[in-house]
Amino acid sequence: MAADTVRGARKFGRYTLLVVLAIIVLFPIYAVVLQALKTGPDSLDHPRSLLPVDLTLSTIKAAWTQGNLGRLLMNSLFVSVMVTLGVVLTSLLAAYAFAFLQFPLKGPIFVLFLATMLVPAEVTVVINERTADALGWVNSYQGLIVPSLASTFGIFLVRQVFLQLPGELREAAALDGVGHVRFLWEVAAPLSRPTLGALGLFTFLGTWNAYLWPSQVIRGDRAHETVQVGLERLKNNDISKINLVTGGLVVAALPIFIMLVLFQRQLVRGLTAGAVKG
Amino acid sequence: MKRRLRDVPWAVVMLLPSVVLIAVWTVYPLVKAVQNGHLRCDVTGTKCVDAGWGRYWDVFISAEFQHSLGVSLKLMALTVPAGLVLGVGLAVLADKHLRGIGVFRTIFSSTVATSVAVASLVWFVLLQPQIGVFADLFSGWFPVLKNPGLLNDPGTALLAVAFSSIWANLGFTFIIVTAALQSVPRDLYESAYVDGAGNVRRFTNVTLPMIAPTLLFVTVVLTTRALQTYGEIALLTSGGPNPEKSTTTIPYLIYGRNSIISGDLGTKSAAAVLLFVLSLALALVQFRGLDKRVHYGR
Repeated sequence: MAADTVRGARKFGRYTLLVVLAIIVLFPIYAVVLQALKTGPDSLDHPRSLLPVDLTLSTIKAAWTQGNLGRLLMNSLFVSVMVTLGVVLTSLLAAYAFAFLQFPLKGPIFVLFLATMLVPAEVTVVINERTADALGWVNSYQGLIVPSLASTFGIFLVRQVFLQLPGELREAAALDGVGHVRFLWEVAAPLSRPTLGALGLFTFLGTWNAYLWPSQVIRGDRAHETVQVGLERLKNNDISKINLVTGGLVVAALPIFIMLVLFQRQLVRGLTAGAVKG
Repeated sequence: MKRRLRDVPWAVVMLLPSVVLIAVWTVYPLVKAVQNGHLRCDVTGTKCVDAGWGRYWDVFISAEFQHSLGVSLKLMALTVPAGLVLGVGLAVLADKHLRGIGVFRTIFSSTVATSVAVASLVWFVLLQPQIGVFADLFSGWFPVLKNPGLLNDPGTALLAVAFSSIWANLGFTFIIVTAALQSVPRDLYESAYVDGAGNVRRFTNVTLPMIAPTLLFVTVVLTTRALQTYGEIALLTSGGPNPEKSTTTIPYLIYGRNSIISGDLGTKSAAAVLLFVLSLALALVQFRGLDKRVHYGR
């Protein structure tokens, strides 16, 4: 009896703590969404209470038109989809070579690949900006997409899965006269679908959320701006319209939050692939 | 054809796309940046002379770089330990079989979906002195929130940036640590329980050693992210408040639109290479120093 009461009190305490912490973590998002929904776009107006009453969509609508958000979202979507498809494809091909093909210096070449994972964007952007300039790729989709089309992380991830496939699979296919391309496309890739999904999701989110490179390669061209870079324009417009930023934030963050809820499992798999040894 | 060489044409075809892309957009810029780091340029940034490897030292000891190095290290000290403790705390708290725990896990993971730009602008809005909700709620205790505003006071601006970073990274740390906690064998806890170990002892003697490799990984990632902070600065403070430049991190010194070296390719390259070396060195030190104390099971 007494033990039950103690356990019940402990459980209650833990739930209370969890709820309080959840409120703290969510509070910034809640407050911004509320500000977007409770105030008009053109004033220094701000919510007097934190209760969700008297809501209006006028700020979000104003942010949508003044921020050109429809175009920005389409740009981000296009760039992210292209990069995702490209990374999955280049990773599949390179991982296949490392996992199933025999060639001289395979080990050292793989190590060289891995070493490039250490080089952060913060170092390469100085020069890549000039390369983009020389190619005429500033303010263009190519400039946003092409530099991100290969991923050492992706190659590494897919190779790990390929190496776990039974070796007899390839030998049997070779005996049946199945070539490399067909084996990759019809056997190896379908068998690695969960990992490819995680890689794709991860790449999509990373590209959608990228800031440094898009902010340097798109220089004020509103036709090609991604939503992450374009949001800044709402902020810099006019200080009295700061509420527009809240509207823009809601529009920019919503698709990603929906994706998080839908694909939580795959996201966790992608994130933990490099962290927790199997 | 020899068996060893039969696959070579296929290997070339399949590796070519990745090799070309990585060569052009990762290896070439690294090599070129190391070369350009030798250049000393005049004020216009157009006339440059090769000053050799010594140029790196000159840039390193220059007032601007030293100042930014200090800012970056301070930001690291503000974000890494706090972010680690909060992330691990939340993960341990949510690592129980309770009804509805999935909802809490989703909430604690949620900030992983916010981009640098979104997280920064969220905090930009919340911290506005006139209309921000924090000024409304807490300026009674912290007058700085209203006047001049956390982001506008040279003494607190970096702290505000740190809040935004810690919050944005919380979801990542939570997800990784949660996964590590789930991989700890349950029978270890049971035998510790049988041996009479309490909650605290079980945490320090079972949980911590078992998840230590993961904590090391998270520490390295958080440190690297702190050193590479750019977007937060561009959106929250533009490196200011000025003239103190209280939040001009090394990446902002290199890439910021109003940075004093923005037109100087040589100095930018040198600073970028120095940043790279610094991140690598710190990661190595962390691996070296902590690896000895880390228990890799099996």
